[in-house]
Amino acid sequence: MDKGLPAKREITFETELFGSKTFLIYVEPVFSKAGETIGINYMGMDITDQVRKRERMIKIREEIAVQKAKETELNRTIHITEETMRAKQMLATMSHEIRSPLSGVVSMAEILATTKLDREQRQLLDVMISSGDLVLQLINDILDLSKVESGVMKLEATKFRPREVVKHVLQTAAASLRKILTLEGNVADDVPIEVIGDVLRIRQILTNLISNAIKFTHEGKVGVKLYVVPEPPFAKEGSQNGSAGSTANQSTTNVPKEETCTSTSQTSSDQRGFHGKKHEGSCQDRSQNERGTPVTNGTIDVTEEQAELPETTVWIRCDVYDTGIGIPENALPTLFKKYMQVSADHARKYGGTGLGLAICKQLVELMGGRLTVSSQVHCGSTFTFILPYKVSLSCDHSDDVDDDLSDMDDHGATDDDATAGFFQFQPRTLGSLFSSNGSSRTQNLLAHNIGYVNSHKINGFSENCYSFPTSNGQTKEMDLFEDACSVAEALEISPEPESSFSHSPDHDNESAICRDEHHHNVVNAENKVSTRDVSSCSETSREVDVKEKITEPQLPAERQGRSDSGFQSTLNSSREASNSISKPKILLVEDNKINVMVTRSMMKQLGHTIDVVSNGVEAVRAIQYHSYDLVLMDVCMPVMDGLQTTRLIRSFEETGNWDEAAKAGIEKPSPSSDSLQPDCTPPKRIPIIAMTANALSESADECSANGMDSFISKPVTFQKLKECLEQYFP
Amino acid sequence: GILDEQFLQLQQLQDETSPNFVSEVVNIYFHESEKLLRNLRSLLMDREFSDYNKMGIHLNQFMGSSSSIGAKRIRNVCLAFRAASDQNNRAGCLSALEVLEHEYCFLKNKLHELFQ
Repeated sequence: MDKGLPAKREITFETELFGSKTFLIYVEPVFSKAGETIGINYMGMDITDQVRKRERMIKIREEIAVQKAKETELNRTIHITEETMRAKQMLATMSHEIRSPLSGVVSMAEILATTKLDREQRQLLDVMISSGDLVLQLINDILDLSKVESGVMKLEATKFRPREVVKHVLQTAAASLRKILTLEGNVADDVPIEVIGDVLRIRQILTNLISNAIKFTHEGKVGVKLYVVPEPPFAKEGSQNGSAGSTANQSTTNVPKEETCTSTSQTSSDQRGFHGKKHEGSCQDRSQNERGTPVTNGTIDVTEEQAELPETTVWIRCDVYDTGIGIPENALPTLFKKYMQVSADHARKYGGTGLGLAICKQLVELMGGRLTVSSQVHCGSTFTFILPYKVSLSCDHSDDVDDDLSDMDDHGATDDDATAGFFQFQPRTLGSLFSSNGSSRTQNLLAHNIGYVNSHKINGFSENCYSFPTSNGQTKEMDLFEDACSVAEALEISPEPESSFSHSPDHDNESAICRDEHHHNVVNAENKVSTRDVSSCSETSREVDVKEKITEPQLPAERQGRSDSGFQSTLNSSREASNSISKPKILLVEDNKINVMVTRSMMKQLGHTIDVVSNGVEAVRAIQYHSYDLVLMDVCMPVMDGLQTTRLIRSFEETGNWDEAAKAGIEKPSPSSDSLQPDCTPPKRIPIIAMTANALSESADECSANGMDSFISKPVTFQKLKECLEQYFP
Repeated sequence: GILDEQFLQLQQLQDETSPNFVSEVVNIYFHESEKLLRNLRSLLMDREFSDYNKMGIHLNQFMGSSSSIGAKRIRNVCLAFRAASDQNNRAGCLSALEVLEHEYCFLKNKLHELFQ
């Protein structure tokens, strides 16, 4: 009214009859002709319904928005889950796909190992086999893990004898034991002779725990204890929660749930909530991972087959204990997580993939048990798993369990094994480090996983082999050789722990020699081996002072350019560089001292030691007496240049004799000291790389016309050498 | 611009096991080079000089060592020297030799500074 403008408003009245009603009021002033306000027009409209509708619309829209948000969230989760499942599927498939050809490779390698091979070939092959095995193991681990997780793993139910399993696992572990450890196994008397369970998985778990124990224990003992315990508390709860007819699938979806449960986050259990399981509540309450349903699951699957037979469940606890380095308290919770190791240093030092314990835990829990650990740093650790096993009473075993039904017929033959409850594998006492008592060591090495030994310090062996006139070391080698022969026949797998390999190089090479002899024993005739052995003693096998230069009878004359220090460093580096695997023998033919220094230094950085000669004649001589895996040949040299030298070498390779060289004035090697294959195998073609300085006479064509394989242009750089080596020694 | 990347390679070869690698190499280089340069000079100064081959051998040695330690300029001069030698151009060789000697002294001083 005051403003003289129309207005409208909504006003709500409360009426007795109709409840609250809303009216839209429109008021406008009426003006006279003169412009004075004389009155108002008043209009009212009942808009109650509209208002109500409006409000409902708003609410509905809100709800829709919320719904949509939930939907997207869910979709996303589904998407992620799908992808995860797909990824796991793919991983499992791929692992399987990878496994087949890989085992093909390894099988072929193993077959190859039975053919005639020379020393270097065998070394290379051993590395191949052990690497392949390692990768296979890894893949199997991954496969297992994903199988368990994705719920594909089916448990078996077979009868087996726990004592035998324990003994077996310990025996196997002892056979590959390299340290001085006592392995013991103790099965309590009340453990039945035969139980029903998934023996394969149980063995897997045991093996894994034991190998872990051995890995982290450097002295003392590792042992397994097996005994019956009363039904543990978690099992009771489990059986209460049991749901009938659940499949292994559901049991394993509990597995990931378990892992999130410990974090007790509401959201995680909510997310899993749509799986429809009601165990979250109990999940969160329990302080440790426990498996409710699957206890009965596993057994339900199992017992369905044997529903007719009366059975009892016996809970057997297994402790795997060691006196090792222990596990710090803060590492305990993450111990069973995948890919976890106690620390990065541990991982580096001890290797391994960190999958083992995770697999074990999953398996144990899948079978309805529990895996725990207790440890004290520097004292040792004990891994304990409790599992339920069915014992079939109406069958003919377990005299302990039920007297009525026992049928003792089968016992006779297997009595000892079946009832033997205590095993112990002591370390063999080590003889003296060297010479005749090396037999025990050779025995050990022969039985070993050869790849492992090879990866250790055999290499020093493959280089710097000189013809060896009689000396002290030789007779020792002969002794060892004979020992090796006799042992090779027996070839017992004996538990043969050893002190660590960081011992004196003598020890290493002695063992290397023995191992080598073993190979040759398999492949060649005896005498050939002995001659090879004579000539193949590495310098480092001599305990004697390096400077003695026993090995130098033929060579000093040829090594004019070489300073003493150069020679020394070669010896030293061959002794020190014992960590690489089967080092190739490389010959450098170069007259320029600077180039020699630089090249040698670069090779040293690449982990190789080289022999050096300073002209073609010396090069030919060197090749006459030793076999090289690679020759770096300078083209421009006095006396005899690289091209001619290469021609002579190639002629030897093609004809098997040194006639051409003789024509050029190089005397042939004398038969007694010819250390190259004296038999009918043609000499191997040595890769010869030309080192050219880009002179006119050094074109690439010319080099290859003369028989060279490729070239490196000077100045020699680290990169060029590295590429060259990679090409010829991949 | 006296030394090229090759010198870096040398430096990389120096580590705890060979802590003085570079200076050792360089010293040997000096030794050798001075010998070679003397040989070259005496050859060229000889009235009856005709054996370009022999000179070529010394030259190759010098060029090889120089390039191995990264003495780029010296190496380039050696190339010129070699070209002259291929043409049996004695005068050319002589002048190349003078440049070489000059470059060598320069390099030697610089390297001595480096190792100070």
